[in-house]
Amino acid sequence: MNFGFTQEQEMLRDQVRRFMTEACPMSTVRELTAKDAPFSEKLWDQIASLGWLGLIVPEQYGGIGLKWIDLALVLEETARGLSPLPILSQALASAAVLRAGNDEQRANWLPALASGEVRATLALYDEPNWFDAQAVTLTGIPVDDGIELHGRKPFVADAMSSNQLLLAYLGPAGLGLAAIGKSQVKVTEEPSMDVTKPTGSIILDHVQVSADRLMPISPEDLAYLADCGAVAVTAEMVGAADTTLTMTSNYAKERIQFGKPIGQYQGVKHRLADMFVDVESFRSLLYYAAWCIDDAVGELPRAISLAKGYASDAFVRIGIDGVGLHGAIGFTAEYDVQLYLKRSKWSRPMYGDSDYHLDRVATLGGI
Amino acid sequence: MDFEYTPEEQAFREEVRTFLAENLPRKAERGTDFLATWLAKVREKGWVGFSWPKEFGGSDGGLIEQTILREEMALAKAPPLGTSFMGLAWVGPGIMQYGTEAQKKKFIPDILDSKVTWCTGYSEPNHGSDLASIQCKAVREGDHYLVNGQKTWTTGAAFSQWIILLTRTSFDVEVKHNGITCLLVAMDSPGIDVRPIENMAGDRHFAEIFFTDVKVPVENRLGEEGDGWKVTVSALANERSSIGEVTQMFGKLDTLKALVKRTNRQGKPASKDPKVRRTLAVFEAKIAAMKYNGLRYLTKQIRGEPLTSETSVNKLHRASLEIEMDDFAVELTGQSGLQLKGGSDAVENGRWAKSSLNWPNVVIGGGTPNIQRNIIAERILGLPKD
Ligand SMILES: Cc1cc2nc3c(=O)[nH]c(=O)nc-3n(C[C@H](O)[C@H](O)[C@H](O)COP(=O)(O)OP(=O)(O)OC[C@H]3O[C@@H](n4cnc5c(N)ncnc54)[C@H](O)[C@@H]3O)c2cc1C
Repeated sequence: MNFGFTQEQEMLRDQVRRFMTEACPMSTVRELTAKDAPFSEKLWDQIASLGWLGLIVPEQYGGIGLKWIDLALVLEETARGLSPLPILSQALASAAVLRAGNDEQRANWLPALASGEVRATLALYDEPNWFDAQAVTLTGIPVDDGIELHGRKPFVADAMSSNQLLLAYLGPAGLGLAAIGKSQVKVTEEPSMDVTKPTGSIILDHVQVSADRLMPISPEDLAYLADCGAVAVTAEMVGAADTTLTMTSNYAKERIQFGKPIGQYQGVKHRLADMFVDVESFRSLLYYAAWCIDDAVGELPRAISLAKGYASDAFVRIGIDGVGLHGAIGFTAEYDVQLYLKRSKWSRPMYGDSDYHLDRVATLGGI
Repeated sequence: MDFEYTPEEQAFREEVRTFLAENLPRKAERGTDFLATWLAKVREKGWVGFSWPKEFGGSDGGLIEQTILREEMALAKAPPLGTSFMGLAWVGPGIMQYGTEAQKKKFIPDILDSKVTWCTGYSEPNHGSDLASIQCKAVREGDHYLVNGQKTWTTGAAFSQWIILLTRTSFDVEVKHNGITCLLVAMDSPGIDVRPIENMAGDRHFAEIFFTDVKVPVENRLGEEGDGWKVTVSALANERSSIGEVTQMFGKLDTLKALVKRTNRQGKPASKDPKVRRTLAVFEAKIAAMKYNGLRYLTKQIRGEPLTSETSVNKLHRASLEIEMDDFAVELTGQSGLQLKGGSDAVENGRWAKSSLNWPNVVIGGGTPNIQRNIIAERILGLPKD
């Protein structure tokens, strides 16, 4: 039994932490997100050269060949500072090609994904709160060499900064992923609560995709990719929630009311302790789920549903109380804690909210 | 116990309803001069400052009639009865209770006629919950006070003409509450600098205010020097019955139910989901509890018994509902629920997403839940302070 990180993993964590404080501090995040479609080529190149974009890509395809648990560490740490860089989307696109691509497609795509030359995102479901094969409504109609896509992808993470879009569709032969160059479609940036998580919608009207850009998937593949998505989002929730807690408990030590630090009052102190219980717990659930992807994939559905089911409710409460325990200053746009509240709301429905995941836990438990 | 209204009360309700039917056009049919006309008409009716004594231009309206008026106005989603919310809610009552004759003449009519908007300068950067420790300094110099210091979170400061200001006139009192003096200050006085603050929902409703050698005539002091705490706290305790709020919240619950009825989750109608049903029912139970709590407190008031700290019960319910109802709508509608105004998939054009970021207006703005819990624990249950 060893449920701890190796020295190498701790070094990776330190490296990401250093990068976030030095190259992507909150001032940079705010600068980037003040513009539409926030993205930075410069930071992207830096993280590419640090190897983070190829963490889960095997060495034979130009990646580092590490595991999801390592990726989870990186996502946790970048989310601490609410990085708007699309590392999560890039990782999911890589996971999709690894799972669904043939040898040629893997050889084609993975090196470019690992190097950051291709920036890609993955969009699975077309309903706001339905996580099931039936919620893939983008339609693929066979044409000579490939298919033609009709429909709409309403919720595409990081669509604006990507140059390739991996979109799930339903064709006569079943489900598939279509890789589309962004220049083929019109992407609309959608105004959303959390500016650090840019989202776009795409209308597809007779969009031709050649056969070499199609990857058939089974409903099990779809569910696997959604579970990977939930692992990635929950890893980010761990980092963001932990930071909310740190910020709030630091504030409670400094803020004096009635002659004492507010952290001395049990109404504040106990709430902070409860937040710690929650973060600590969904962190453990998440680490286990991330480990399952590479080492016990049969356990993955239950493991990630426990983690995301727990985290989705807990983080939203932490976000709200993080603001509330700051008092009025927490409500100001200038103060960072409100950005974490928005992130908590964004995270909740991504790849399933607590209702979805906890119901799945019950089902998997034979109920 | 009796939930019937007397024929007079019933007639009053009818009068309000008839008035609303005749004078409150639908939103789409309202012209640019609608608000001015509305304000003039409700003023003519005597419904602005309805409970205020006739000698000050009010109607001496009884507690039940006030409740009826608020309830009907909220049901009809009518605009406010005056433009100065704070003027009507506590500045006016404070002036009537503690003001000089000259102050009453000068300030009360303008509040009733919606000519002047008031803001409230209590909180400071270092003194929010612990209001009695405020430091904004006022020094008497002959016929005026010289004010220096800072206020913050002042709602409406940028568009108010007057501010009710808590200042410290004495720094060497044993009980800090005793060194506080309340001043009524014109916002265009030289030396006042207002800087609006953006909130997390992207609005600029509140502001910080800097006072540098601001001269305030002594005649604009409300109450005696050193009595500021009594003057303002009793004005705040001039608690409005919460019935208007309850009506609004029932209205909000209705829109929430309508949203549930047209929303699918996991491909199935949300209205069939036991958790969704239970959540809506809990909201309803809390709002109804607020209503009947309010009616019990109202009865106490009618009997002339003093209201103590029970109103904190409704404030706590209100705070949790304020957070939970919008958040529930956002959660219910999944990724669409995150989109703001203008989003292709935004729910009701982002209304719930935006209001889910606005709860601090109620939850923090009116004193935080922990402070309400302390009030209940210490003043009602008699538990020791920490
Ligand atoms: C939208 C908005 C509008 C406002 N409008 C106005 C206005 O017009 N005029 C005005 O004067 N003020 C206004 N305020 C200020 C408001 O009154 C204060 O924010 C409020 O009293 C809390 O003070 P604070 O923000 O300094 O928080 P703090 O007092 O610093 O409190 C921070 C946290 O500590 C907790 N805490 C503090 N003391 C205790 C204790 N003893 N036990 C347990 N927990 C404790 C609080 O509950 C809170 O969660 C407004 C605030 C907001 C958010």
